[in-house]
Parts: sequence; C-alpha cells; structure tokens
Amino acid sequence: MISLVINGARRSLDLPEDFPLLWALRDILGLMGTKFGCGIAQCGACTVHVDGVAVRACITEVGSVAGSRITTIEAIADTPIGTALQSAWLELDVVQCGYCQAGQIMSAGALLAENPAPDDASIDAAMAGNICRCATYQRIRAAIKLASRQPQADRRHQ
Amino acid sequence: MTTVSRRLFLQIGAGATGALVVGFGWSDTAAADARPMLLGNYVSIGIDGTVTVRAPNPEIGQGVKTSLPMLIAEELDVDWDRVRVEMAPNDPQRFGQQDAGGSMSIHRNYTALRRVGAAARWMLVDAAARQLNASHGEFSTAHGRVHHSSGRSFDYGELAVAASLLRPPDPKSLVLKDPAKFSIIGTSRRGVDSARIVRGEPLFGIDMTIPDMAYAVYVKAPVFGARLLRCELAAARAERGIIDVFTLKGQGDRHGLQDGIAIIASSWWYAQAARAKLEPLWDTAIGVGHDSTRYRDKAHSLLAKPGTMLEEKGDVEAALAQAAQRLTADYEVPFLAHAPLEPQNCTARVKGDSVEIWAPTQTPEEGRQLVARTLGVAPDSVVVHMRRAGGGFGRRLENDYMAEAASIARHAGVPIKLVWSREDDFAHDFYRTASYHRLRAGLDKRGRISAFAAHGVTFAHGSEVAQAAGIEGNGFESSVVPASRLEQSLIPTIVPTGYLRAPVSNGLAFVRECFWDELALAANMDPVAFRLAALSNVGGSGGSFDAARMRAVLEAVALRSNWARPRLAKGQGMGVACYFSHSGYFAEVARVRVDADGHWQVLNVWVAGDIGSQIVNPLAARAQVEGAVMDGIGSMHAEITVVNGAAIQTNFDAFPLLRMPEAPVVDVEFVMSAAAPTGLGEPALPPVLPAVANAIHAACGARVRQLPLTAARIQAARRG
Repeated sequence: MISLVINGARRSLDLPEDFPLLWALRDILGLMGTKFGCGIAQCGACTVHVDGVAVRACITEVGSVAGSRITTIEAIADTPIGTALQSAWLELDVVQCGYCQAGQIMSAGALLAENPAPDDASIDAAMAGNICRCATYQRIRAAIKLASRQPQADRRHQ
Repeated sequence: MTTVSRRLFLQIGAGATGALVVGFGWSDTAAADARPMLLGNYVSIGIDGTVTVRAPNPEIGQGVKTSLPMLIAEELDVDWDRVRVEMAPNDPQRFGQQDAGGSMSIHRNYTALRRVGAAARWMLVDAAARQLNASHGEFSTAHGRVHHSSGRSFDYGELAVAASLLRPPDPKSLVLKDPAKFSIIGTSRRGVDSARIVRGEPLFGIDMTIPDMAYAVYVKAPVFGARLLRCELAAARAERGIIDVFTLKGQGDRHGLQDGIAIIASSWWYAQAARAKLEPLWDTAIGVGHDSTRYRDKAHSLLAKPGTMLEEKGDVEAALAQAAQRLTADYEVPFLAHAPLEPQNCTARVKGDSVEIWAPTQTPEEGRQLVARTLGVAPDSVVVHMRRAGGGFGRRLENDYMAEAASIARHAGVPIKLVWSREDDFAHDFYRTASYHRLRAGLDKRGRISAFAAHGVTFAHGSEVAQAAGIEGNGFESSVVPASRLEQSLIPTIVPTGYLRAPVSNGLAFVRECFWDELALAANMDPVAFRLAALSNVGGSGGSFDAARMRAVLEAVALRSNWARPRLAKGQGMGVACYFSHSGYFAEVARVRVDADGHWQVLNVWVAGDIGSQIVNPLAARAQVEGAVMDGIGSMHAEITVVNGAAIQTNFDAFPLLRMPEAPVVDVEFVMSAAAPTGLGEPALPPVLPAVANAIHAACGARVRQLPLTAARIQAARRG
C-alpha cells in the first residue's frame, strides 16, 4: 500500500511503486482535472504541486511522493494565489479549448508562490514547460500579471 | 420508478438546410415535476424564469458553445446572465448540421439561430396577447419580460406554460432585430464553461466515467495500413491489472477500424504498460518506398513536366514570353500532425445492438454512422454524446477512435474508455499533406504582374486526390493577374491525409505569398504597394473573391503596424502577407528578429481581418485570431517525416509546438464590411506563415522556400 496526502486528505492506494501519479489521480481517485497530454513531461498538462513545487505527474512515480503533500487543480482555490489566478483567467477569458489550463494554472501558482511579482522573463522561464495547443499564451501572461497585481503589458520586445 | 408522461411540445429549430423548422413533436418530459417547459428544441423556459439554451455544435475551443446561444438569446430578448447553456444532443433532424469544421458555424447559423430566438419570443408575446386579448403590436419585450402598452408586464416564466402550447409562428412573419439595437451580439461574453474548467471539473471526453468501465489501449501497425500477421497475447495477459487482451481485424476503411490488439485493464496505465509484452508481427511491405525523400525526388521530376490543368485564364506562355522580367521559384511544405492536446479517446458501451458513445468529436453524426457500419447495427441504435474537446484542429473530423472503442467494448463485453497514447496520435494521424510547388511569373516594364503559373505536386490515394490534399486557387491570382494558370500532379501514397486548421490554405498561403514578396522586390516595389496595385486591377468583386475587401484589410494592417515607418533594431525585419480563405480576408504584418546563428523569433504580429458585418463575440473572436496566428507560427518549426510508410516523429520532443517564450504580441483589428458574418476559426492562420518568412527575408536577406523554416536553412540561404 502506498500512502499519499492529496489535497489535504490521506489516501491509501494498492499500487506498485512505479505507478504514475497522473493515473493514480485520474483512474484510481477520480480527480480528472489533472490532464494527460504526452506521457513524457513535454507538455505540462499534468502539472501538480508536490510540497508546493510544480511537477509533471505523468513521470512521477507514486512511490517517490509517498508522504509528500500533493495539490491538484481541484484544490488550488484553497490558496489566495489559486483564487487570484482563477479569477484572472476568467476576467481575461484565457480559455479556448481549456484542456491545458489546469496545468497552466498549477505552473503559474508555483511561480507566484516563489515570486509574487514575476517579470516577463520569469514568466517565460516558469511557463515554458506548459504547451497550450490553442496558443492562449498572450492571455496567460496577462492573467499571471493580473493575478500578481502588475500591469499586463508584455514588455519583452519593447 | 418514475412515471414518464409524454407531452406535446413545439419543435423550433434550424433544419439541415438552415431554414426554420417548425412542427410538433413529442417529448419524454415528466409532467408532474418542475422541469422547464420546452418552447422548442433550442430554448426552454422554466416557470421560475430560468432560460436554457442549447448549443448545437461541438465545442473544440472555437467558442461556439457561447457564441451560438448568444444569437438565440439576442432575439429572445433575455439577459445573457439569465441564460444557462447546455449541449444539444446529436440529432441533425432537429439541430441541422452539427459539426465543427470549415469555420462554418457562424456562417451557417447567424440568421437561422436568430430566427429560433425570434420564434420563441413571438410565442411568449402570443401567450401574453391571448391572456390580455390584445394584439402583438401592443407588446414589447426586454430583459426577459413581455410588456403591454397598458403597463402590465409578465416575466417569461409566467408565460412559459401557455407559450409552450401555442402554434409556432410562420417563419416569414418574423422580423429580426435591427443590429443597431443588439445588446448581446457584438458584446464580449466569456466562455460558458470557463469557470468549470479553471476548477478542473471533468468536462472533456477523456474525463468520461461510466459504471463498470474498464480502460483500453489499442495497438496498431507502425506502418500505415499494415496488416497484423500474428501476435502472442499470453505474456501481456499475465501483467498486473490486465483484464483481457485480444486482436481485432480491420475493415479496409482508412477512416475506420484497423487491425490491432486491444488491451483491457483496470487502469489505463496498466494497459499502456502491458504493450511492452506484445511482439506483434506486421506485414510492413506496404510501406516500402514511401519516404519523404523519395516523394521529394518524385515531385521534382513531375514539376519538370506539365501537370493536370485546374484553372487557366489567358495565354500564360505568351504573357511570360513578352514579360520584361521573369521569375521562377520552387517551394515546399511538409506533412504536419494535428496534435490536439487531448489525445484521441472514446468511451463506449455496447449492450446487444444498442450502442452508446461519448467522445470529443467534430462530426458526431458521421461518427454515429461509422459506428453503425463498423458494428453492423442500425444507425438508430447508436447514440453519440458530444463531449467538450481538448482541441480539434480538424483531427476530430475523423472518428476512427469511435469505431475502435465500439468494437473493443463489444468484444470485451464491458464498457470501456479507450485512450490513445501521444505516440498513437502521432503515428495514426490524418496528416496535413506535404506539397511541392514551382511558381513562374512575369512582370511588365512598369513592374506590374502580367503572368502567373503555379504547378503543385500533391498526393493521391489510388486514382483520387488524397483527402484535403488538392491544389487550389483562392481567387487571388486568377482575379488580379491578366494571364494565370494552375496545374496539379499527383504522387501515390499510403499516408492518411486530412484537414488541418485552414486546410489547403495553411500550406498554399506560404507558397503564394512568399512568391508575391519575391515579385514585389523584383519589381522594386514596396510589398504592400505591390499587392494594392495588383488588387486595383480588378474593379469590385470578381467571383467569390472581392478585391476591395482585401485592399481594405491590407491598408488597415499597414496603418496599424506602422508599415511605412517601422521601428526596427539591428537584425529585425517586417514582412507582410494577405490571404483569402474560409470566406475571410486577412492581411498580416510580422516583425521578426533573426540572430547571427539563424535562430528567429517573431516579436509582433498585426492582423487586420474582414469576416463581414458583425463580430458576434469580440473577446472570443480576438482569441481565435491570436491563437490562429500563433498556431501558424508554431507550425513553421514542425514536420512529420515519412520513412518506409511510417511517421518518425513520436511526441512533442520531436514535433515542437509554440511555447510561451516564443509567443509574439498579437494585435487584432476587425475591418467591418457589408458582407454576411462568416467564421473565424481558420482564416487568420494562413497569412502569418508568409508574413513571418517575408519578415525573415527583410531582416537578414535569407529567402527560405521550404518549411520547416529552420536556422540551418536560413544560414544556407544567407550563404546563397
């Protein structure tokens, strides 16, 4: 049995150590917000927080996170940063298809927890691992700035 | 057990022809409970005043689950905040053509769905008129209430029951609103599902769960169309979590079920992991000789010979002979994958002849027909539920995953959720076709284009042009050049091809509009001025191409981008292109930086687009343009390479998509015209590729005529 702390609740799972966290969340625990996109940590759709750090659940073995605090999109609203990001996402109508957005918000949440007012270069660095196939990047950048109470303009190429 | 009474309701909807359909039907709505009364297929109004509007078409990120109900709500005269939107069932008899393709949703529904809203409003007014024994002319509607000139008024909820029992209006009697009075159409409204999405709620196809469901993977041939010769299944069956492993035979339909091995497990991961225990033997001989490099060689031998004439205007050879200057250039674009971020998936339950499907699909009705054919059951016994799709881009116009899931569920005897791996998705796409082009043009003594000849080599399945692979004119050259022609030659292929966002145009715009840049420079003219001059050759509209609309967007984007006096640092350049596709006119300017090592970055893109007289939802419309532009730029870095009948790129590490640091700033301006409103998912994409390539040339002098536009190709072109 593997014991995980997910969104504040302790869960015991009868899974092998090398079972990916992504599929434990989706298939075993029914937490569908964390998405499958590539399986090789290339797209970031499966981003969750492990002890506050953004990790890709598709390549994270459950055995490696036993005892760690795991937070998924379903519980991101429990933090002020999470609600600020969700509000900013809605305010700027970031979502197109929406499939990647949970992962985007999780990466952005980890960024803001570490850096409350990230500049464009910091946003680029923190978000480069998250693909948005609809390419909502312009609005994601602005939403991160809105959530961190900064002017929204992209200043990279001025 | 609930007692269900069948009660009369009125059917009001846009039929397959786009005409208003009014008739009577039966619904299984329970009479005794407080369920809303159905005013029609699209609108239901509860006695508490709740207004529910059904969204007829698949939502794939293009925003139609929001914009189409807006059309109904506008004419219904109800506040948008009061409208609850739900997905319609797949039923073309009641909801018309329910697909997501060709940027057709607004084009097809703009008037039809406004009529639906107007018909529902008329019935509410009629109910009030009967109650007060007054005539329609004495009533007005606003904010979900019917007002009588006496001052008496009714909430729609108070009229819902009475209205639902009335005869629907004669469609011809309906008067639609003056657009100047719109309060919903033309205003920015946020996506109706967005709040649920940012909370991680399970809306997508892949999030579907049904009781007793198992998980499936389906292992197909590594070579397109290869048959399964044999496969030992015992080792996979012995793996942890595995419920069943079995083979299925393909049905010879490229769009349907292929040979493969199904693995059923208690978690998708167990099924995926057990693949490693299979050692299937495939007959891969079919793939021999099908290579990107061989295709290229073959294409160049075909370009040296005449092709099949598709369009011809005037005597091109004579015009070329008389030209003061002649240019020839060869261009090439590669195969591309769609790679929507949500992998193909489908949940299926089969009980006897009864089949239920949940899928993210762009064509639910085609899927239903395919499942019926695949299983040999009547279409009426198949129900397809549309789920929100994590992107489509044309991939989900195909329903192959649906045929697979239905077949697997029937054989397994349990409901299953089939999920493709990303590697499955790259290996079994319906790829944007590669194509190879030779362009020739003549300029007269004053630098005006006098002759244009394009020959494109593309692919065939058997004797037919492969799906979405045909070379086409878009009306531009044939309208503005005195003598022009278009030829096509074909190479047989086994590579499945299909519609990728802005199909055909997404490749041809690069080819044509880069060549126009070459012509402008050869004529020693500014590229915007050169195009405007050519577009002035034709007065008004010719055929479906309207030169005046293209001139207007070109002029707008030149102003907006400060084209005449750009601010450019060292290593930067600006490029322009325009393209007409999917009824939309778009001109775009890109500002690009090229580094000494040939790496390039798009800094800004300015877009001017004309999609008619009305933008339904400006906030979402700008999003479509921003996304299309970045999608086009991203595609300039990617290619699918075919080797021995298989795609060699398997995941995003080898097929890069645009990422945050590469995203430019996109500026969008809509130029309004008198034309009927048309769609926006696609037409903003094609011109960005040539605008960027032309900007790269302006920045560093490298004319790269082949995609992907790599740093190595820029360096090679610089060395010249």
